[in-house]
Amino acid sequence: MKRYFSRKVFIYILTFFLAVTIDWLVPRFMPGNPVQNMLSRASIQSDAAEVMRGYYTKAFGLDVPLWQQYLNFWQAIFHGDLGVSVYMFPEKVTNVIFRAVPYDLALLVPSVLLSWIAGNKFGAFAARSRWLDNTILPITYLLRATPYMWLAILMAWSLGIVWGIFPISGAYSFSMQPSFSFAFLVSFLRHWFLPFASLFIVQFGGWAIGMRNMIIYELEEDYSHYLESLGAPRSLVRKYAFRNAMLPQITGLALRLGQVVAGALATEIVFSYPGIGYLLLQAINNQDYFLIQGCFLFIVIGVLLANFIIDVVYVIVDPRTRQGMEGT
Amino acid sequence: MEPPQSKEKNEFFYFALRNNKLVIGLIVVFFFLVFAIIGPFLTEHDLNERAGPRNQPPSAEYWFGTTTFGQDVFTQFVYGLRAAFIVGLVGGGLATIVGMMVGFFAGYHGGMVDELLNMLTNTVITIPKLAVLLVIAAYLTVRGVIHESIVIGLWSWPWAARAVRSQTFSLKSRNFIDMARMTGMSSMKIIWTEIAPNMMSYLFMTFVLQFGGAVLAAATLDFIGLGPTEGISLGLMMQHSFNWSAIQLGIWWWFVPPGAALALLVGAMYLMNVGLDEVFNPKLRER
Repeated sequence: MKRYFSRKVFIYILTFFLAVTIDWLVPRFMPGNPVQNMLSRASIQSDAAEVMRGYYTKAFGLDVPLWQQYLNFWQAIFHGDLGVSVYMFPEKVTNVIFRAVPYDLALLVPSVLLSWIAGNKFGAFAARSRWLDNTILPITYLLRATPYMWLAILMAWSLGIVWGIFPISGAYSFSMQPSFSFAFLVSFLRHWFLPFASLFIVQFGGWAIGMRNMIIYELEEDYSHYLESLGAPRSLVRKYAFRNAMLPQITGLALRLGQVVAGALATEIVFSYPGIGYLLLQAINNQDYFLIQGCFLFIVIGVLLANFIIDVVYVIVDPRTRQGMEGT
Repeated sequence: MEPPQSKEKNEFFYFALRNNKLVIGLIVVFFFLVFAIIGPFLTEHDLNERAGPRNQPPSAEYWFGTTTFGQDVFTQFVYGLRAAFIVGLVGGGLATIVGMMVGFFAGYHGGMVDELLNMLTNTVITIPKLAVLLVIAAYLTVRGVIHESIVIGLWSWPWAARAVRSQTFSLKSRNFIDMARMTGMSSMKIIWTEIAPNMMSYLFMTFVLQFGGAVLAAATLDFIGLGPTEGISLGLMMQHSFNWSAIQLGIWWWFVPPGAALALLVGAMYLMNVGLDEVFNPKLRER
């Protein structure tokens, strides 16, 4: 188990290192002058522009040798300093992002967990059933391939505009201030439902298909045939198959996380939901490089943390990793 | 039913043609491919020209209606389909090729080489592809479909590398590889003449998945606003319709076709992949 974890943690450190390096490398080795680009897009008065130019040239640290820039960059990161946003000048990028993160978690955590559970259950149920295989499963293939933002747009249009059941913009009613009142909670949930549902549905399709295929592999394994030949009831064989098929699905969760996060970003944009996705859109429209780079780092850190949690869960679920046999 | 005994090829087609998933998937992909190739010849409009009145619903003259700027949605759609195929072929192809290289070397050589390449694969796989694309695309002021595909391809290979590595690993210990090694073949030659041909089916399936993944990744990138700065794509169509309030105005013909095409095309790819799996692996066939 120690070996398993130390290897994983080493990979995570390496990943973080690579991510920070990319974050540092890209602005310096891309064509064009980032400071110039940034200021030309931000529409501000000329005297303010001079102050900002001075700040950003220094912040990018373009006046010292490369190796020093790189070290400075790391130092700034360990101080939690990701620069100052152009779009929300003079607010710190970290503050802007911290305000958005809770909304991301509110969408991602429930949609990922619930769709994983429901999708796996349904996939296991549908496997080797000719009727379901020909009716509902083709739909799940489509769901898995559906671009997140498209489903979000469709739902916003049909449920939000045509039928007018749900609001389609923001995280709560614009006339309200966040508070712990009942009215606010209702407003929050009503705004939360559509982005959550569209994320849930697409992910559900992916897990259902994955589980169906995995169960079919397991049902063809020798142990399943052996159980069957012993006269074990179908439900028991399925139960064992399900348990074995779960493990790759847990690993799959870690691997699929990046895609889900990307989907959540696009979904937030559709619903103007104030998470990191919406922030990114503003950052891109305003050429706010510090904010873009900050969002990138936060997404990577978030995914790394989630990966680590999944690793811990894996060790709890799979006894082989605990006994020093290599799991994955 | 007994498959004909004559040749291995015939057996493949025998099962392939009887696999509904594969046949349906192929038909859909082929349909879109033909559409993407001949579509631009079916329209007399230019991509950005003002073809008619604004916000027209689909009609005999404007098959898919017009946008807020009076552009013909059908014209944008067929050119967008072309862009989707380019991204899929270039991005998916590149990812498969790089993944193959890494997978072959890691799986065949094992030891230190494997350890290092594996570490690289695991590192790259953990960083969300879209996040990297975002940072890179944000700094590129001029972007084309090809640039986009290349960047996507260069960040999507780990999936392919993993799959190819594990396959190579299991093939490596077979007798015929030992024989080849005894004859003094170079490892490059063994990989190309002995290992690769034995997993062609697998490589093709990997490519199919990568194709779908690249198309979806590009669509998301385009929607966020980091797509090609010139030309059109299905993702860009959705972005434009969204930016110009097509949802609120109910101009559904602007955003339904591009997303539907993406879902159908990529869904057909996934369906094909499972179908191929069943054709190549007799155990998985329906009973």
